[in-house]
Amino acid sequence: MGRYVIRRLLQMVPVFIGSTLLIFVMVYALGDPVAALFGDRAPDPATAAQIRKDLYLDHPLWQQYVHYMAQIFQGNFGTAFDGQPVLTLMSTAWPLTIRLTIVAVVVEAVIGVVLGLFSGLRRGRTVDSGVLVLTLVVVSVPTFVSGYVLQYLFGVEWNLVNPSVSPAAPFSELLLPGIVLALVSLAYVTRLTRTSVVENHRADYVRTAIAKGLPRHRVVLRHLLRNSLIPVVTFIGTDIGALMGGAIVTERIFNIHGVGYQLYQGILRQNSPTVVGFVTILVIVFLIANLLVDLLYAVLDPRIRYA
Amino acid sequence: MDTLTESPLVPRTDTLLDVRDLHVEFRTRDGIAKAVNGVSYAVARGETLAVLGESGSGKSVTVQAVMGILDSPPGFVTRGEILFRGENLLTMPADQRRKVRGAKMAMIFQDALSALNPVLTVGYQLGEMFVVHRGMSRRDARAMAVELMDRVRIPAARQRVGDYPHQFSGGMRQRIMIAMAMALEPDLIIADEPTTALDVTVQAQVMDLLAELRQEMGMGLILITHDLGVVADVADRIAVMYAGRIVETAPVHDIYRAPAHPYTKGLLESIPRLDRKGKELYAIRGLPPSLTDVPPGCAFNPRCPMARERCRTEVPPLYRVTAERGSACHYWEECVGDD
Ligand SMILES: Nc1ncnc2c1ncn2[C@@H]1O[C@H](COP(=O)(O)OP(=O)(O)OP(=O)(O)O)[C@@H](O)[C@H]1O
Ligand code: SF4
Ligand SMILES: [Mg+2]
Repeated sequence: MGRYVIRRLLQMVPVFIGSTLLIFVMVYALGDPVAALFGDRAPDPATAAQIRKDLYLDHPLWQQYVHYMAQIFQGNFGTAFDGQPVLTLMSTAWPLTIRLTIVAVVVEAVIGVVLGLFSGLRRGRTVDSGVLVLTLVVVSVPTFVSGYVLQYLFGVEWNLVNPSVSPAAPFSELLLPGIVLALVSLAYVTRLTRTSVVENHRADYVRTAIAKGLPRHRVVLRHLLRNSLIPVVTFIGTDIGALMGGAIVTERIFNIHGVGYQLYQGILRQNSPTVVGFVTILVIVFLIANLLVDLLYAVLDPRIRYA
Repeated sequence: MDTLTESPLVPRTDTLLDVRDLHVEFRTRDGIAKAVNGVSYAVARGETLAVLGESGSGKSVTVQAVMGILDSPPGFVTRGEILFRGENLLTMPADQRRKVRGAKMAMIFQDALSALNPVLTVGYQLGEMFVVHRGMSRRDARAMAVELMDRVRIPAARQRVGDYPHQFSGGMRQRIMIAMAMALEPDLIIADEPTTALDVTVQAQVMDLLAELRQEMGMGLILITHDLGVVADVADRIAVMYAGRIVETAPVHDIYRAPAHPYTKGLLESIPRLDRKGKELYAIRGLPPSLTDVPPGCAFNPRCPMARERCRTEVPPLYRVTAERGSACHYWEECVGDD
């Protein structure tokens, strides 16, 4: 087990380098970061040269990358477009996005599993078909459409929630954005749970559980659902990284100054330290989430052994 | 001639299970498959009934109906009664029937690897019987699980109680299944081909263990098997099924001495026997009928060496051969006589 974890951590290194290098190259191909820093004003050549030197821009790209990574690992993420350190942006943005992601994960897990279980147990009946259609609709509507529609309905038309999230962003205000963010994943979790429940429903061990005279709720929850959740948990785990990245649209809609918002601003203003910095952390979150999912998998399914 | 379609054979006072005229059908997209068509059999307390028959003859479906674990839909009991300790299970409220399952009658499945839950420890799965039916605490239930594992002679039970099914060998897993069925000392155990999935080398051990524990606890046993050697050793009575019906039922000695149905005769003669060395092995020709399209008359007639005109039109009832014996063949007398 310990050796497995170490091996997996080592395997992450090339993945980390590959993905960050890629984003680094893409961002720096966007344009001149020094010019972007000064916006419309033309910088005086001496200052520009100094900045270039500081940012290693006069070195080959791979040296710039190495320099940048070295800085990052010392906690120096560079300066954002408004002159603030990127680290400061992060310290306000990450907690927001993490909270939003937590809401989304809880929503997708709880509602998705419950819906999936119900339709799986009533496969072929009206409830099942209804849920199937609903999930197809949800999957095919883009988040920015469902987001604006729900924001309009709940925030404006019915005035149930604040259409725009306040800077403090308490959980209560994040509920609607969380649902919007979770919507597509929620549909997938529902489908996945349903399929898994239907598959396991006919399994011999479920028949054994019934033959043991267990009450139905015990057969369903302890035996059927417990086994059916294995692929679902895997999906939700790997989805965490995707949700954080995907929050870019939701955060725009609800004016949440989280990771997505900062990334968007960074791209808009061609501020490479912001973009690369945030994406680097996202990559790390993604990799760690994947590792945790793999470890969790072994807990859920004892037949998996790490060799 | 005396027939037995309704009344159970061997009407004894200590009857434990009495299945009467049971019909089960599967309503599938391809049509209605009549898997069980009027099965009647009885098991007395402490008695072992062996059920024989080709694949697809309805042996498993019958016992699934008895246990109440029929795959429904598509399976439905359409007619009949299942009397257990005098009460009809089919009309019993669901919750009451659930309490019978596992506690009063228990089942041992063929493939323990798939029949045990892969993600729960064997200790949990054994202990669950006591938690649910006896209201025991988890800790006491675990102690009971260790005891049960000892009882079915699993080495180092205390150390292995927290292991998962896949960590045991096939024989050990089947012992765990047996332990689970015996846990609450039920009156009736149903074993559906309990050794078929095992290595030949451990089949006998597992069968011996089952027979021994059954004897100790005085339980009734329905044993579905293809192994006629085992039948001769452990069974008191035999029921032979064909196309969803009982074609012959008799005490084990009678049936081996002189089968009263051509199908039984074919089954017995299809096993090699020392005293018949040299004689050609008799195998039943043809295939069992499709259950969506059972031939009219005697279902066995297309394959029967004794078939004649009457067999193609008239369904044979279960004729009374002796007080304890029945045969669903119009010409059973010829069959018994000609050996
Ligand atoms: N869940 C089901 N759905 C549809 N048909 C079924 C189902 N279970 C059993 N049957 C049908 O019922 C018939 C009898 O099956 P059963 O399992 O009782 O046979 P069996 O005598 O136990 O055979 P085997 O020796 O192979 O176990 C089979 O032809 C099968 O097609
Ligand atoms: S009734 Fe006729 S076909 Fe059926 S077993 Fe007897 S002899 Fe054969
Ligand atoms: Mg069977």
